[in-house]
Amino acid sequence: MIRPFLLAALAALSLLAALPAAAQNLRIGLREDPDILDPTLARTFVGRIVFASLCDKLFDINERLEIIPQLATGHRWEDPRTLVIALRDGVRFHDGDTMDAEAVKYSLERHLNMQGSFRRSEITVLQAVEVVDRLTVRLRLSAPSAAFLSQLTDRAGMIVSPRAAEAAGRNFGQRPVCAGPFRFAERVAQDRIVVERFPEYWDAARIHVNRVTFLPIPDSTVRLANLQSGALEIVQSIDPDDVPAVRRNARLRLAIGDELGYQSITINIGNGPRAQTPLGQDARVRAAFELAIDRDALNRVVYEGMYLPTAQPVPPGNPYHNAAFRPEPRNLERARALLREAGVATPIRVEMTVPNNPDLRQVGEVIQAMVREAGFDLRLTAMEFASSLQAAVRGDFETYLLAWSGRVDPDGNAWAFMHSRGGQNDGRYANPEVDRLLDEARSELDGERRKDLYGRIWELAIRQDRSRIYLWHRKNIVAHTARLQGFVPVADGLIRPQGLRLQ
Amino acid sequence: MSGFLLRRLGQVVPTLLIVSLLVFGLQQLMPGDPALILAGEERGDPQVLAEIRAGLLLDRPVWEQYGRWLWRLLHGDFGFSWRIQLPVADLILEKLPVTAQLAAMSFAIGVALGVPCGVLSAVWRDRPADWAINAVALFGISTPNFWLGILMILLFSVQLGWLPPSGYVPLWEDPWQSLATTIMPAFVLGTGVASVLMRHTRAAMLTALSQDYVRTARAKGVPERVVIAKHALRNALIPVVTLGTIEFGRLLAGAVLTEQIFTIPGFGKLVVDAVFNRDYPVVQGVVLATALIFVLLSLLADVLYMLINPRLRAGA
Repeated sequence: MIRPFLLAALAALSLLAALPAAAQNLRIGLREDPDILDPTLARTFVGRIVFASLCDKLFDINERLEIIPQLATGHRWEDPRTLVIALRDGVRFHDGDTMDAEAVKYSLERHLNMQGSFRRSEITVLQAVEVVDRLTVRLRLSAPSAAFLSQLTDRAGMIVSPRAAEAAGRNFGQRPVCAGPFRFAERVAQDRIVVERFPEYWDAARIHVNRVTFLPIPDSTVRLANLQSGALEIVQSIDPDDVPAVRRNARLRLAIGDELGYQSITINIGNGPRAQTPLGQDARVRAAFELAIDRDALNRVVYEGMYLPTAQPVPPGNPYHNAAFRPEPRNLERARALLREAGVATPIRVEMTVPNNPDLRQVGEVIQAMVREAGFDLRLTAMEFASSLQAAVRGDFETYLLAWSGRVDPDGNAWAFMHSRGGQNDGRYANPEVDRLLDEARSELDGERRKDLYGRIWELAIRQDRSRIYLWHRKNIVAHTARLQGFVPVADGLIRPQGLRLQ
Repeated sequence: MSGFLLRRLGQVVPTLLIVSLLVFGLQQLMPGDPALILAGEERGDPQVLAEIRAGLLLDRPVWEQYGRWLWRLLHGDFGFSWRIQLPVADLILEKLPVTAQLAAMSFAIGVALGVPCGVLSAVWRDRPADWAINAVALFGISTPNFWLGILMILLFSVQLGWLPPSGYVPLWEDPWQSLATTIMPAFVLGTGVASVLMRHTRAAMLTALSQDYVRTARAKGVPERVVIAKHALRNALIPVVTLGTIEFGRLLAGAVLTEQIFTIPGFGKLVVDAVFNRDYPVVQGVVLATALIFVLLSLLADVLYMLINPRLRAGA
């Protein structure tokens, strides 16, 4: 009685699972549910992955981190504060309107002026947008800015349909209308975002899928299980310890690329009473702490050796990376000598705030074991992310293990973290000379001289003052089915639909 | 009966008011600045943070925030999610059917397994079958849902390829696919419920079977099947019904871990993500809706008592 029933049930189940996916429907697994889909108000990284299908930008970056035109066709600096951008002809928004200089002016001003805009700080040097003719805009900046153009390769460079944006107001993100290869179809919060092919896309010849579905799946194991069972075609990121499983699977492929950001330890040097520790007050103690850390071993133990140990905020793929500025090898004798020289009694108690996720907790534990040998008693405080962020801003921390997703331009990885007025300088590091160099590097348009400036900043802020300890650059580990072809990993970690094809 | 119902319904409003005060108060104690977490990596611009705080009324005193929220609520407006700017009422209405379906399926599995097993293990007390059922139930109570869930995904989705590993399809869109996406989480949750129900049914049945009226019924020569089903089980069911409605309420409040593992976009996932993102209007809305569900369910339990036990009807 029970046996036949069970068999029938199992047979029915296997039929259910065999339902084929629509042939050219690309399903992408995301790490979390994106926030609002309005380029002006959005702030999450996963949201940018959705935007890569929805909203084209004035410029884009390629796998060599070069800035290439997208909705623009070219640009030219009239002088260091005046940028002229030529626009692509025949580009249509998803509502059928034509993308032109007026739309660019509207979108840039929206990024600049809308209440609560997260783009303003990115393009704050933008003073005025002038429409030269139907397909040319002139941007006037308040100061020369080397980073400005790179900002237009991300959300600040996304052009929205003025008509749709005016009509929707702050609700624009519920139904975004841009000029990307796909148009918004549907969103069920925490379940899926669906976009459909836009036939009138200006670069339609490079789009080979009809529909993209974004599925937020927070658990890494489950995300991978979805890929293995064919419920997803591509997964935004998997953990390094899942890499061997993907390598063993003949139906799956890996695309591993460098990231733009870094993992670091923020040190409270001047933010409130908790900076009044030997570590906060004496660069020699911080140097000893750093010299006790073996980045290679950490990387091997926690990340299967996949990440890239570093001592600076800019990764090697970036032209501003300084190859001569390398992490110092672990040196316990020098560390102990520095502590003796500083005249502090060991063991020195240090507290480290660690975001509460498994791999970072493990990183904390390995560091704890390493620095103990030099004379540090490291206490770990695992904290839920929102709480840890507030504690950092308030100065309620001694050291804080925190990652930065990174920006194309080195200014985005340095200024806000090292400048005394930097918005993310939670440790309140302040050195007038570093401030001056950062400001200079920001407006220096000559590449070689700029690179030299950053080299001097690293020497001062990192090697001399030990304002922060840079640990490694992570990797973007994308896994996809072997049926998917044409995926090009770019350091920003986005999944660009152009050229993607399902066999 | 109607007087009783009215009295009970009258208690709903003050209960919800107290719950809303509690939620609001607890949120104040929660560390983490909502504006800061909302800004995330873009937190470097103080002007933006100030604008966010002003826009969300976070710069106003707590009582004013509460008053405005309550006032809008009385007009049927649950407010907007801070993170994705969608109306909270829409989110709740969107997630409720998902969780309700999952809860109904889990509960059905739980009752179908739990109650008969409880009765049988009481009837077969201290025999190998009783021990076996107890052992399985103990296993069911102690197994963490997320672990069982992951194992099921690895077996049925990755190895065998029979079921989709996660996600959800609404019942009205595609009933088969909907069943396929919910059967694993429903089983994971259902076994937990079954274990609890089994243990309680067994205990209640043992008590009932040792009562005088059971002995009398047996002495009168009533067949054992009728004694168990009619005399013992019906009396034993009263505590089980109470427990069952509580369990069902728990399921409706959202199965946090199970929904996370199977990526079911239900109540549990909604509220957990909202807490981590400090999306207060969503937390408030969901907790209030959950409280309402619990209050109504306990009312339902009282009504069910009366249907099962005629003696209670006289009191009302």
